[in-house]
Order: sequence, then structure tokens, then C-alpha cells
Amino acid sequence: MNVKEMVEHFGLQPATGKKGLEREVKAGYCGDLLSEIMANAPPGCVWLTVQGHQNIVAVAVLREMAAVVLTGGRAPDEETVRKAEQEGIPILTGPHSAYDLAGRLYAAGVGKPAAA
Amino acid sequence: MAVDDLSGLREFKADLHIHTCLSPCGDWEMSPRDVIRRSREAGLDLIAICDHNSSENAGAAMREGLRAGLAVLPGMEVCTREEVHILALFEDLNQALAMQEFVYTGLSGENRPEVFGYQVVANEDNEVVCENPRLLIGATRHSLEQVVRRTHALGGLSVSAHVDRPANGIINQLGFIPPDLELDGVEISYRIPLAKARERFPLIGALPCITSSDAHFLKDIGRAATVFRMAAPRLREIGLALRAEQGRGVLS
Repeated sequence: MNVKEMVEHFGLQPATGKKGLEREVKAGYCGDLLSEIMANAPPGCVWLTVQGHQNIVAVAVLREMAAVVLTGGRAPDEETVRKAEQEGIPILTGPHSAYDLAGRLYAAGVGKPAAA
Repeated sequence: MAVDDLSGLREFKADLHIHTCLSPCGDWEMSPRDVIRRSREAGLDLIAICDHNSSENAGAAMREGLRAGLAVLPGMEVCTREEVHILALFEDLNQALAMQEFVYTGLSGENRPEVFGYQVVANEDNEVVCENPRLLIGATRHSLEQVVRRTHALGGLSVSAHVDRPANGIINQLGFIPPDLELDGVEISYRIPLAKARERFPLIGALPCITSSDAHFLKDIGRAATVFRMAAPRLREIGLALRAEQGRGVLS
């Protein structure tokens, strides 16, 4: 699934432009402590978080993420959107909780180990 | 601004949270020398240098402050394990450097300047000394409580930074201010008038409030400042003012 398909499938709202929407979503990660995300988020993941400040863009670039979703209807800061567009990192928003959206993503096969 | 009176106390306009080019998000122009120059232009009597998780530019700023006639305290904006930002303010550079050593023992990772920004150690003559290779944007493994305790053990003051902010403010990170945390005060960002702080953020409770610029750019230095009534621009006096002891106090 790429970012664009994920947006359509789960009814997410892109806060950024078209850049990066073709990226493949290879895994998922949840969390709000940036230091922990910086250490552990897998490359190519979609990251589910409540943080909307500009540091999330640096973290997403560092971990080579596919996209960031702000959960619970939260909106990114203006500066975050500006930086994300510069870096080509899609920032998406949606009403779901992280638990809810992570469950749906996993059920749809994102980050699920291939069946033996 | 500073008014003498019979008590020997006067007003000091203080900006106790200023970054330099050492902070990855700090502007290149924030050299210790230019920070001092701009602080004087902004009419400040006292500043503190608080870079992220490091005090490596504090010494140069203090020496330049001495040369230029501006009181400069060494400090640091520590990012705790909970990703709460806490200002650790000191009187002497050695105290700040001891705090830095403590913070560094819990700080891992290397900076990626192209992602997070350059971390420039500069001297008071505006020369680059080196780049700090550590991941200063990161969080130390020490907890909030450990950071406050160590700050006090070293003789410093512990002020919870920008408590009104969603990014790394204690109220957002924890949901409340732990009542047993021995903070000397809280800082309100420039976005909110100091007089409104308690009303807007009732969780501050009875903790003393200050405001500062949190400047990352020269133009922002002094955009918020705290006026203290005290005898001298010293850390001990700030402590007295925060506790409203011996006639000292926070005026505005």
C-alpha cells in the first residue's frame, strides 16, 4: 500500500501537498516520545502520533518514514506543514485514536509479517 | 529601568532563557558575542544562556558579558527522559559544566546537522571552535526528578520551561505538575502575559512564574523578560526573588 492508497482507504486528510504520496508504506509505528521514535521507528513506516510540532518532521526524515499521521483529530503547526512540504514528508490527519488506526492498518496488512 | 532605593534593592530586567548557535535549532547568527550585544540593545540587565542539553557556549558568553558589562549566568535547557524541558540555572560556569557532564552521561546518539541543524561552539571573538557532535536535540535518560535533584545538588535553580507550550512543556507532557517535584519556578513563553499565566494555566498553582524569550534568533532576544527586584544580578538573588524573601520579588 502506498501513502495515497492509505489516505483513501482510511479516510485520512493530507495536511501537506502531493509530495511523497507515492511512497510505499512498509510498516507502522506508534508513539509520542520523540527520543524513543528516533531510536526505534523502522524505515518506510507510517508513524502515528499526537505530536504536531516541527520536530516530528526532522524525526520522520531521520527515520526515512513514509508518512506521519496525527491521530485524534489533531492538527500540525503551520511550521510543521511548511517543513514537511520542504522535505516531502506527507503529514496526514484523522479522527481515529492511534489504537484504532493501528489496528485497521495492521488488519489491512501494513507491517504484518508475511504468512508462512 | 533600574531604580535605586533605600533598601539597596533595584529592578533587573532578566531574560533567563536564550539559546546560542550551539543549539541545533539556534540560528547561526546567535554567537555568544552577538547574543550579548543584542541583549544590551534590548535593555536587559541580566541573561542566562540555556542551550539544549549543553553549556558549551556559556563560558564564552560570560567572558563577553564581563567585557561588555552585562551579567550572564550559565545554564542549560535539559530535555528529561519524559521529554520535559527544564532550565537549570547556575552562578558559576563549573556548576553548569558539572551539570552538563551529568546530562551527557544520559545522552546518546550523534547529531545529523543536515536534519537537525548545526551545533556550533564559538568563542567570544566570534570564531568557530568546533561543532558539537552529540545529539543535543535528544533527551537525556535522566528523569525529571533526577534532573531537578542534580541541579539543586550543584547549587542551581530548576525552572520548568515554557509550561504553556504543547512541545515539551511539563503540563502537556505529564498532564500536571508533580506536587513533589521541587521546582523553583515555572517559565511562561512570550505568548502569554506573565500576569495572566496562573489564570490561564491553573495547574501552575502556587509556583513562582517568570517569562523569557526562549530566543533562537537575535531579533527575539528580550521579546519577553522578567523584572526582578533584588540586590544584584546573581543566582542567589533570583532564588530569593522567586521565594519572595528579604524584600526580593518578581515584579512583572
